[in-house]
Amino acid sequence: MAAVATCGTGAGSTGSIAAAASKNNVTSFQRKGPRASGTDSGCSRLVSIAGTRPSVRNGQLLVSTGLPALDQLLGGGLAVGTVLLIEEDKYNIYSSLVFKYFLAEGIINGHTLLVASAKEDPADILQELPAPLLDDNCKKDFDEDVCNDKTPDSNIKMKIAWRYQLLPKMESGPVSSSRFGHYYDASKRMPQELIEASKWHGFFFPEKLSSTLNIESCSLTHGYRKLLQFIQNVIYEEGFDGSSPQKKQKNILRIGIQSLGSPLWGDDICCTENCDNSHSLTKFLYVLRGLLRTSLSACIITMPTHLIQNKAVIARVTNLSDTVVGLESFIGSERETNPLYKDYHGLIHIRQIPRLNNLIYDVSDVKDLAFKLKRKLFTIEKVQKGEVNFKKKTP
Amino acid sequence: MFPELNNLLNTTPDRAEQGKLTLLCDAKTDGSFLVHHFLSFYLKANCKVCFVALIQSFSHYNIVGQKLGVSLTAARECGQLVFLEGLKSSVDVFFRAQAAPHPLQFLREADAGNLQPLYEFVREALKPVGDGQAAWRCPVLLVDDLSVLLSLGLGAVAVLDFVHYCRVAVCWERKGNIVALVHDSGDAEDEENDILLNGLSHQSHLILRAEGLATGFCRDVHGQLRVLWRTPSQPAAQRDRSLTYQYKIQDKSVSFFAKGMSPAVL
Repeated sequence: MAAVATCGTGAGSTGSIAAAASKNNVTSFQRKGPRASGTDSGCSRLVSIAGTRPSVRNGQLLVSTGLPALDQLLGGGLAVGTVLLIEEDKYNIYSSLVFKYFLAEGIINGHTLLVASAKEDPADILQELPAPLLDDNCKKDFDEDVCNDKTPDSNIKMKIAWRYQLLPKMESGPVSSSRFGHYYDASKRMPQELIEASKWHGFFFPEKLSSTLNIESCSLTHGYRKLLQFIQNVIYEEGFDGSSPQKKQKNILRIGIQSLGSPLWGDDICCTENCDNSHSLTKFLYVLRGLLRTSLSACIITMPTHLIQNKAVIARVTNLSDTVVGLESFIGSERETNPLYKDYHGLIHIRQIPRLNNLIYDVSDVKDLAFKLKRKLFTIEKVQKGEVNFKKKTP
Repeated sequence: MFPELNNLLNTTPDRAEQGKLTLLCDAKTDGSFLVHHFLSFYLKANCKVCFVALIQSFSHYNIVGQKLGVSLTAARECGQLVFLEGLKSSVDVFFRAQAAPHPLQFLREADAGNLQPLYEFVREALKPVGDGQAAWRCPVLLVDDLSVLLSLGLGAVAVLDFVHYCRVAVCWERKGNIVALVHDSGDAEDEENDILLNGLSHQSHLILRAEGLATGFCRDVHGQLRVLWRTPSQPAAQRDRSLTYQYKIQDKSVSFFAKGMSPAVL
């Protein structure tokens, strides 16, 4: 295997730059099956990592985002090696919740976590994770939630509005015995023993201000340079990039970066329109994606894009991310009193889904999606238009 | 390569033109299917291809290429394809100081750099081998994509200079082709990107522009492709020819049809 690789990199000195140095490069972008190229017997072990499953479309390894409804909209889950960018809602209420769901899913599945924030200590973030709903006691809780709502009339055949029967239904309840994707109770906290049993690395930017750097100044702000160095260290030392092949069990690294681009990271992209270091954030995203593509990791980033005044930067950031989801909450907006949205807390916009290893991608036909946080469950549904009322008014 | 697109462009791998700059452009949609088309087209046309892939990894292009009938690993091993994987190389150049100048050296620089090391890499990759090996038909430079270079700290002028130098080296000296993808930011007011796009549009011989539909998302029609043939050197008295088609991307091919004539509608 090694011999084939070296003669493949022949053809002059340019070839050695073009094909990277590591022989056993482990990326998740390998087609599963006997004719998978690139990896050795480690390929068959990739499928057996806890909390992952191969995509039905292209065999891409997927992890759950912690919200099964969002997984369904993204084509089954988040692909390992990609970035999920969440555009924060105005007061960062629901985006931090989605962030915590992602981390909680990592703890339940036994993945290693890397939490980076400039605002909150990662240890505090982990204390606030939602508790998982386990199969036995969640079913009765879900049933009582359903009774309080309009009953889903999926069993009744519609006679007049029969076209509506063809509309796709969102997954709205816990699926029993699902190892991929769990439901969480937002009103309870994750049990302490689960947090302590998990492996996590925290990056709290105010603590790292004074330590030294290995990277010379290259137009990235100080905070981004430190963060990249930290992530690269964790990936390298724990072997997520396949550099230590004697590790017996492969695992996924879940990286969560909170409020990237906010002034707390030392970036002024949210403050002015013509900032000095406008390439800092985009360069960071590019190198981060390079790190993710060459390791078994998945990353969630929340970004306050509503504060970025330069629309060109938002477009560039979107192009540099793989999956982009925008959250828009109704708090404080005139939509709060709109009767169409009275059951929901906000809208969710799926702005971009990547086409990985494929010409086509799974895109949901439904574009008006709203979310609501209903005591315990975070659900995503198609915005229900008002019911047609054919009753005649009696004179 | 997509046979229907070959018919639209009136080319086949045997009769590929030489010395042309083709600009791929996408607005509000993803134009990467055009990159896959040209990659497999030129590999089938027996040309030596230098692919500067800055956006996705090698295995992504390889898997899609296998659906289109070319094997990138085989092409790379026999020397037909020189592949610069931007994402992987960026990690190497960013975290470790390199001894020799690396094509992506500008990532380490603090102020706006230039693309000279990348140009040297391209020229070295496409230089003719004179030792009796199987001679390839003509060299081709494929870049996916140029807009990301603007996000990495380079100015539009630096990127235009790079394209100019590559045109001299590849199109004029070696009678090869260049294909490059640039995103059109539309109403996002990205001035640098607009400068780059306008500058390249004036230099190109063929512009393929993939646009999303103005009416929004449609399951059966994924977008609209505008093809514009240009002759940059000739005076503008001769009118440029342009065609517009709508397309739908499928698993292994793309089908094109005239506007409003989607099979789902008829």
